[in-house]
Amino acid sequence: MAKTRGWRWSLPALLLAGPACASGSNLNMTPGVTDISLQVYNLHMTIFWICCAIGLVVFGAMFVSILLHRKSRGVEPATFHESTKVEIIWTAIPVLILIVMAIPATRVLIAMEDTSDSDVTVLITGSQWRWHYEYLDYDINYFSILATPRGQIEGRLPKGENYLLEVDRPLVIPTDKKVRFLMTSDDVIHSWWVPDFAIKKDTNPGFINEAWTQVNEPGIYRGQCTELCGMDHGFMPIVVIAKEPADFEIWAKAEEARIAEIREEEQRLLALQMNLDEQMELGERVYMAHCAACHQPNGEGLPPMFPALKGNQVTMEDRAEHIKVMVDGRPGTSMASFARQLSLRELTSVITYGRNAWGNDTGDVVQAAEVYEYMQGKGSN
Amino acid sequence: MSTVTTADHHDEHHDHKPTGIKRWLFTTNHKDIGSMYLIFALVMFFIGGAMAMVIRLELFQPGLQFVDPQFFNQMTTVHGLIMVFGAVMPAFTGLANWMIPMMIGAPDMALPRMNNWSFWILPFAFLILLITLFMPGGGPDFGWTFYAPLSTTYSNDTTALFVFSVHIMGISSIMGAINVIVTIVNMRAPGMTWMKMPLFVWTWLITAFLLIMVMPVLAGVVTMVLTDKYFATSFFDAAGGGDPVLFQHIFWFFGHPEVYIMILPAFGIVSAIVPTFARKKLFGYASMVYATASIAILSFLVWAHHMFTTGMPVFATLFFMYTTMLIAVPTGVKVFNWVATMWRGAMTFEVPMMFALAFIVLFTIGGLSGVMLAITPADFQYHDTYFVVAHFHYVLVSGAVFSIVAAAYYWLPKWTGHMYDEKLGQLHFWCSLISVNLLFFPMHFVGLAGMPRRIPDYALQFADFNAFISVGGFLFGLSQLIFVWVIIKCARGGEKATAQVWEGAEGLEWEVPSPAPYHTFGTPPQIK
Repeated sequence: MAKTRGWRWSLPALLLAGPACASGSNLNMTPGVTDISLQVYNLHMTIFWICCAIGLVVFGAMFVSILLHRKSRGVEPATFHESTKVEIIWTAIPVLILIVMAIPATRVLIAMEDTSDSDVTVLITGSQWRWHYEYLDYDINYFSILATPRGQIEGRLPKGENYLLEVDRPLVIPTDKKVRFLMTSDDVIHSWWVPDFAIKKDTNPGFINEAWTQVNEPGIYRGQCTELCGMDHGFMPIVVIAKEPADFEIWAKAEEARIAEIREEEQRLLALQMNLDEQMELGERVYMAHCAACHQPNGEGLPPMFPALKGNQVTMEDRAEHIKVMVDGRPGTSMASFARQLSLRELTSVITYGRNAWGNDTGDVVQAAEVYEYMQGKGSN
Repeated sequence: MSTVTTADHHDEHHDHKPTGIKRWLFTTNHKDIGSMYLIFALVMFFIGGAMAMVIRLELFQPGLQFVDPQFFNQMTTVHGLIMVFGAVMPAFTGLANWMIPMMIGAPDMALPRMNNWSFWILPFAFLILLITLFMPGGGPDFGWTFYAPLSTTYSNDTTALFVFSVHIMGISSIMGAINVIVTIVNMRAPGMTWMKMPLFVWTWLITAFLLIMVMPVLAGVVTMVLTDKYFATSFFDAAGGGDPVLFQHIFWFFGHPEVYIMILPAFGIVSAIVPTFARKKLFGYASMVYATASIAILSFLVWAHHMFTTGMPVFATLFFMYTTMLIAVPTGVKVFNWVATMWRGAMTFEVPMMFALAFIVLFTIGGLSGVMLAITPADFQYHDTYFVVAHFHYVLVSGAVFSIVAAAYYWLPKWTGHMYDEKLGQLHFWCSLISVNLLFFPMHFVGLAGMPRRIPDYALQFADFNAFISVGGFLFGLSQLIFVWVIIKCARGGEKATAQVWEGAEGLEWEVPSPAPYHTFGTPPQIK
């Protein structure tokens, strides 16, 4: 049944699924877009057909027996109950089948693990619940976060075609080049999976794993975190855009320029005074994207794991502590450091937002210089 | 195997068991304790099943409708823990308690007081686990595999209760296992040599050895989780010199033999039922014993096949791929032997036989997807998707659970003295068979198409299949209510069962009257 690739079992599925999975199949493993992924697909199909054949023989014998050897047909039971010869035969045949299977599996596995001679290296860092990509050969690094609006998840808005499989900033890699991935994590174990590349590798905190791919066709490829990593495990997708090498270089230059610009702007920002309205507007957007999953859109949190920010002593009174928690996180809890994840402008605004939203109304307007001073003072960033 | 049974009805005349609740609290009788284990397992099966219904309800449609992701994670975690430790394992222990002494001609289990204790601590273990769901922060939400550091640094404060609860379950299992081993080694009737033991006794003996070898490993790893979380050790914390992957190695060193703990007794049950209803001796008895022992030994050499994506060296990955593939060989031998037992028999198809036949087919499907999972490069695509969920539910639900249900139908007349309602039983079977496949078969497809497991919400291309799977799940849940009705009806009355019950049944348990007297084999039977 699984061979009927492209077969859709109902019209709605066709409408919904068509665009969502680029490589087509709704029922079977994707052959993917790399040489390795195709080899993995072939292994999968070979073992699948072998299993079908074994099933056919075993169940066939069983059903023949059920049909013919029943008491209602008046048969007398036979008395045989032992045969060393038969036992040896049905031990030996499976061993041979398994050896036949193990040879190509070993070959593909060794090829998959060979990360030498790569052209581009990307360090992937998982954290609850976002991915961070750092290009070691370029001055580029950024976070990649779920872009599906909460309204779609909660059913207030109609779901888009890439529901839960869309991010704000996809990973971009060149085609026809060997791209090496180094993987680690800031907190718990995540797992980075893109089915079209046949890559699934755990990101272990404190350790680095390696994987590689060489994509043959430009395109958009989607995947998900596959290791249970806490509350929003289902909400940290992966999107990879593969571009022709020339286009990739153009993108990389533009990305480097964009990041440099953000840095310059931060320096300018230090001298600027941002007003409350401006900060509340940006702060709300940042809060909804980064904070609301745990602390909830209404600021009430999910105590005791995720404390309420509404009416909280820190957000209402202790301004220095508020900045400290945002910059350093709270070690030993799920509260991560946001110093790297957010720009100075975003960080400042979201602190101001926390001190004025949901009736906190402290009237505090935090400025970039104040946050920057704390970060410099402790020598971070 | 023919026997000479001495009458043991005289025991009933000087039997001073207390009545009411005290009988059950203080009982040291293997039949009472067996019944309590079985009823407990059934209750847990429904509690764990209710959690599965919550999971399927939330996954019926994309989007978050009924529960928040945190509660969803608690449901998947506690569902797993309850089904493994609360339903399947106690059910097998209950069957062992009831049947092993009768099968080997012993008057009771060797250590009756310990037997009482190993049962009575279990309800408390699960009470503690279930209470955490109602505490601030909720119950365990890190999966039944509780990988660190999600279960240490990032878990909620009820983790300590989870750890204590697992400790109690472990102590109970170890005591149960010791009891089984001591009973089988010391209390076999004269003439019951090793190679004359029924296969259910053999498979349980081997299971018991697996239990006493791996339950302490589980106790060790939960203790390490406890000290990492509360006492600042760093077994699994890289920042303190530990390694989160070490957790997985220790956990699966327990976890893989655990899988066989939940399936070897099932092999024993099927090996008892198939010959009875085929009216033909079990084919390849000796090879069945050797195959069971081989599976048990191999089960200690395959643990890291749960961890192919953790980034092990290629050499280790290859080793675990080969050993895992090897497990297919003795498992295959078992399936072939069952088919050969049926071949040229004279079969009838009462409910126990139907469940046993369904077991053979569906367990084999789960076994074949297991072989696919062993192929490491393909496993990178299957790992942690619904393909895996389909695989282990085929072996655990339509495998282990079906065997337990088959055993219940097979021995109910012996336990109650009445025949169960055959029509209701057949209805239960067909409803279960159809719904279990509606429930789990499509999971293979959604898994291959890329749906990760343990997610409360999913992309739109998985929507139709998930709705379908949920409907299958609800039907399977409802079908089990028929089972409860059959049991109650059978306990209350029905056609009187004979001592042999089934025309083709052989073995000591069929030579005592039905219902089995409170004490059996006060004088050991002589086995020729």
